[in-house]
Amino acid sequence: MTIAVIDYGMGNLHSVAKALEHVTHENVLVTRDPRSIRGASRLVLPGQGAIRDCMGELQRTELEGLVKDLLEEQGKPLLGICVGQQMLFERSEENGGIDCLGFLPGRVRHFGHHLTGPDGERLKVPHMGWNRVVQHHEHPLWNGIEDGARFYFVHSYYVEAAADADIFGTTDYAGVNAHVVTGRGTVFAVQFHPEKSARDGLQLLENFVNWAP
Amino acid sequence: MSLAKRIIPCLDVDAGRVVKGVNFVGIRDAGDPVEIAKRYNQQGADEITFLDITASHEDRDTTVEMVERIAGEVFIPLTVGGGIRRCDDIRTMLNAGADKISINTAAVTNPDFVREAAERFGSQCIVVAIDAKRVSADGELPRWEIFTHGGRRPTGLDAVEWARKMVDYGAGELLLTSMDRDGTKAGFDLGVTRAISDAVEVPVIASGGVGNLDHLVAGVKDGGADAVLAASIFHFGEYTIPDAKRYMAEHGIEMRL
Repeated sequence: MTIAVIDYGMGNLHSVAKALEHVTHENVLVTRDPRSIRGASRLVLPGQGAIRDCMGELQRTELEGLVKDLLEEQGKPLLGICVGQQMLFERSEENGGIDCLGFLPGRVRHFGHHLTGPDGERLKVPHMGWNRVVQHHEHPLWNGIEDGARFYFVHSYYVEAAADADIFGTTDYAGVNAHVVTGRGTVFAVQFHPEKSARDGLQLLENFVNWAP
Repeated sequence: MSLAKRIIPCLDVDAGRVVKGVNFVGIRDAGDPVEIAKRYNQQGADEITFLDITASHEDRDTTVEMVERIAGEVFIPLTVGGGIRRCDDIRTMLNAGADKISINTAAVTNPDFVREAAERFGSQCIVVAIDAKRVSADGELPRWEIFTHGGRRPTGLDAVEWARKMVDYGAGELLLTSMDRDGTKAGFDLGVTRAISDAVEVPVIASGGVGNLDHLVAGVKDGGADAVLAASIFHFGEYTIPDAKRYMAEHGIEMRL
């Protein structure tokens, strides 16, 4: 049993790997080797930075086709994190418009500039810090996690999923109800960083490791 | 609004020990960084900042090892700063398990380094530390300047302009320390905190001068800070993180309790 963290050159994979190692005795592998990725029992698709760079690196490392195939095959659980969630959708408006993997219908949008809150305070972008996630549909990955629990976010763009059935959690920020947890079949993806979200984050990772869709 | 304001305990580490200076001189030992980080994590700290204040060459490996050990046990965001001058330094610290990197002096001596770092690693992990000191006299229009070398060396740079520039260059967050207040326990310099927080779109962490819990409240309410950083009030047991969070929540600030 191996959990492969897909290393296409973007993102801080060490944090994810360390957190997974903390919740499982299974082998955690940070890899870009197609055979290892295919052979793994579970996959983590991380992502940080600009989506143009993430998609670009996925293409450059020739992993895009493999990731698309694995998503369609639905053969093993996959957890997308941060830009790894965003890339699952059709298109992002970041970097002037970037086509993504198109596994789920919907798009990725910017929070906007010069935002103010209800009391007139300046709302910062990126949306950085601990925010509440309202659970939208039941899912095994929510086991042991309270509805409304806080997770750690850092992002300026957010997912707007087109299908209600694909939305598993939402967070309010800057007047937007962001679809911060999405999934379908063997795929579950979160905008926040479970590997940095203390107890609830580790619980979610443990749920992922035990998930048998 | 449900995004919580953050409390960030800061570990100033010298040769593998947590210390805290008063105005950056006169140092008091507060213990082992890994043990302290674990304690703060258990108490519900929202992040941890690790500042390597010696940053001498020999101690570099010790720092990397400490960061690795903390990152292996503490699953909240970890910012590492002190002596970060090249992209290789950033890569080393990210590989050791840091989530964000704080750049201070190198941003002043070579602003393009911030741009390069943000392009290479993403703005989300680049924090620019701004050490500001008030240079206007009482009664004058307030003005703050950037100082380096622990507050000893003036640069002539206006702090608010500098903050804007660093955000343009790709800083994802600013760690603002008032050098007049650091270690004094007299409270944040709310003027510079408000001026910079209003001037930029990215989150601002207020630092320097926390002596009691009212100072934390003021940093958010009057200073407009998104996060508050403190060291000695937590290290020496005057207050715990839950004390601080409860107090701030009682004053109407959204906190992660």
